[in-house]
Amino acid sequence: MSPGTTVLDVDGLRMRYGSTDVLHDVTFQARHGEVLALLGPNGAGKTTTIEILEGFRSRSAGRVQVLGADPADGGERWRARVGVVLQSWRDHGKWRVRELLAHLAAHYTAYTRPWDPDELIAAVGLTAHAAKKIKTLSGGQRRRLDVAIGIVGRPELLFLDEPTAAFDPAARHDFHELVRGLADDQHTTILLTTHDLAEAEKLADRIVILDGGRVIADGSAADLARGIAGEDEVRWVHEGRRHTHRAADSTAFARELFARHGAAVQELEVHRASLEQTYLALVRHAEQESR
Amino acid sequence: MNAVVLRAGWRRGVIELRQSFTNGPDVVSHLLWPVLMLVVMYFLRESSFGASGLLLGTLALPSVLGMNAALGLVSLSQQLTYEREDGTLLRAKATPHGIQSYLVGKVVSVSGGLLADLAIFLVPGLLIVKGLDPGSASWAALLWVLALGMVATLPIGAVLGSVFPSARGQGLLQLPVIGMIAISGIFYPITALPEWVQWIAQVFPFYWLGLGMRSALLPDAAVAVEIGQSWRHLETAGVLVAWAVLGLLLAPVVLRGMARKESGSSVAERRDKALRRAM
Repeated sequence: MSPGTTVLDVDGLRMRYGSTDVLHDVTFQARHGEVLALLGPNGAGKTTTIEILEGFRSRSAGRVQVLGADPADGGERWRARVGVVLQSWRDHGKWRVRELLAHLAAHYTAYTRPWDPDELIAAVGLTAHAAKKIKTLSGGQRRRLDVAIGIVGRPELLFLDEPTAAFDPAARHDFHELVRGLADDQHTTILLTTHDLAEAEKLADRIVILDGGRVIADGSAADLARGIAGEDEVRWVHEGRRHTHRAADSTAFARELFARHGAAVQELEVHRASLEQTYLALVRHAEQESR
Repeated sequence: MNAVVLRAGWRRGVIELRQSFTNGPDVVSHLLWPVLMLVVMYFLRESSFGASGLLLGTLALPSVLGMNAALGLVSLSQQLTYEREDGTLLRAKATPHGIQSYLVGKVVSVSGGLLADLAIFLVPGLLIVKGLDPGSASWAALLWVLALGMVATLPIGAVLGSVFPSARGQGLLQLPVIGMIAISGIFYPITALPEWVQWIAQVFPFYWLGLGMRSALLPDAAVAVEIGQSWRHLETAGVLVAWAVLGLLLAPVVLRGMARKESGSSVAERRDKALRRAM
C-alpha cells in the first residue's frame, strides 16, 4: 500500500440505540501511515465508532470502508490485516507471555510473516517477563502485551482504544514511544481514541474531535489551535500603563509594537492560543449548541 | 476449516489441558469429584439392592462413570460463559480464524480433561468395588458409549454456554443438572422410581450414558434391574445420536450469534455488572 492511499473512509456514519442517536453523521478519513486520534470527552461516541470500524458492532446507517472492505463482512483475510487493542483485557491469565504470543502468531501464517515472538517481546520491553504467567504482570506490562498481541500479525491498520487510561507518567511515556515507533518505522496506520488532549497532541498527525456523537473538528493540532481558538494574547506595559491585545499573528503584532514605541515597550508577554483552551472551548460550544 | 486452524486449536487445547493439571485450584477441581465419588463407592460397596443380590456399589460405579462423562457439558458451558466474560472470546474474534481455533481448543481440553477425570475415578474404583466384569468386549462398548456420549453432550454444553448472559446465570444450570442426576438411576436403579419419572429421565443423555456404562462393566445378570430387563444398546445409540444431531445443528448457529455480539463494550459492561455485584 502506497503512502497517501485512503485506509479508512467513514461517511455519514450513524448509530442509533432504540430512539437515541449516539452517532450523527460522522465523517472522516485516514491515509496510509497516518496516526489519527479520535478525541472527545467520555460518552462522545469514540468507543462506538472504533468498534464499528473494528467490525465488532453493526451500524445503523452510513458508509464505512476499512482497508477497502466493509468491516461488517470483512472476513478472515481482512481480519489478518487489522490489529486491535481494546480496553481492559484480563483474558488468558494462566497463559505465559511467550506461549500466548506464539499461539496467536500461528493464526497469521497463511496471510503474512508474523512477528517472531521473542523479537516482539523484546520490542515491547517484556523480555524479562516472557516466561511469566499473564495474570502476574503489572498494569503497564499487561498493556504492553496487549499491544504486542495487537501487532503480532504485522497489521496495516492498528486500533487502540483508550490505550493509556490508568497509566503512570513513566509508563505513558514509554507507551507513546512504542506507538510512535510503530508509525514511523513500520508505517502502520493507527487510529487511537483518547480523552486526553495532551496525548492526542503528542501522538497524532491529525485529530478528529468527537462530541455528543458529532465530529466538531478535524485537523492537525496546529490547524485546530489556529482555526478555532484563533487568537494569541499579547500583554505589555507602556509608559506605566498595562495593555492587553488579541492578535491572530502575535509575532507581527509585536514587531509593529516595537517599531512604533521602541525601548518604551516593557514586560512583553505573548500567550499562544493553546490547544487545551481550544478543545475546552469547542466542547463547551458544542454542548451549548445541542441545548 | 484448514490445517493451520486445526493445528493452532490443538495446540491451544494441549496448553490449556497442561495448565489445568499444573494450576493449584484446577487440580483440586479435577480431583474433587472423582475423590468424592470414590468415597461414596467405598460406603456403598457392602449394601445390596433389594433381593437382586447385586451390590449398590457395583451398580453405581459404571453409572457414576457415565454421569461424569455427561458432566463435560457443564464444564464446557461454564468455561464458555466465563471466557466470554473475561474477554478471551473477544480476543479470539480479533484474530483470523480465532473463534474456530478457540472452539477446537476447547473441545480438546474439555474432552482431554474429562478422560483424565474418568481414569482418576475408574482405576481406584475398580480396586474398591467388587463384582464388575470388564472383559475385552466390554471395553469396546465403554469406548463407543463414551465417544458418542461426548458428541451428544459437548455441543449442547456449547449452546448452554452461549445463551447465559453471565457466569452467575450460568451457575443456575447446576440445579437442573443435579435434578437430572437424581432421577437418572445413577446412585440407585431407575426401576425403583415411579414410571413417569423414568420417562422424563429417558429423554436426557445422563440416563443413557449410565446405562451404556453399566452394560459394559457389569455381569450379564445385572440386566435384571434395568427397564425391560435389557441393555437396550439400540435405544442408547438412538437417543445419544439424536442429542448429537440436535447439538451439532444448534451449536454453530448459537455460537455464531454469540460471537457476533461480542465487543469491547459488552465485555466492559459485564465486568462492571460483576463488580457491582461483588460490592
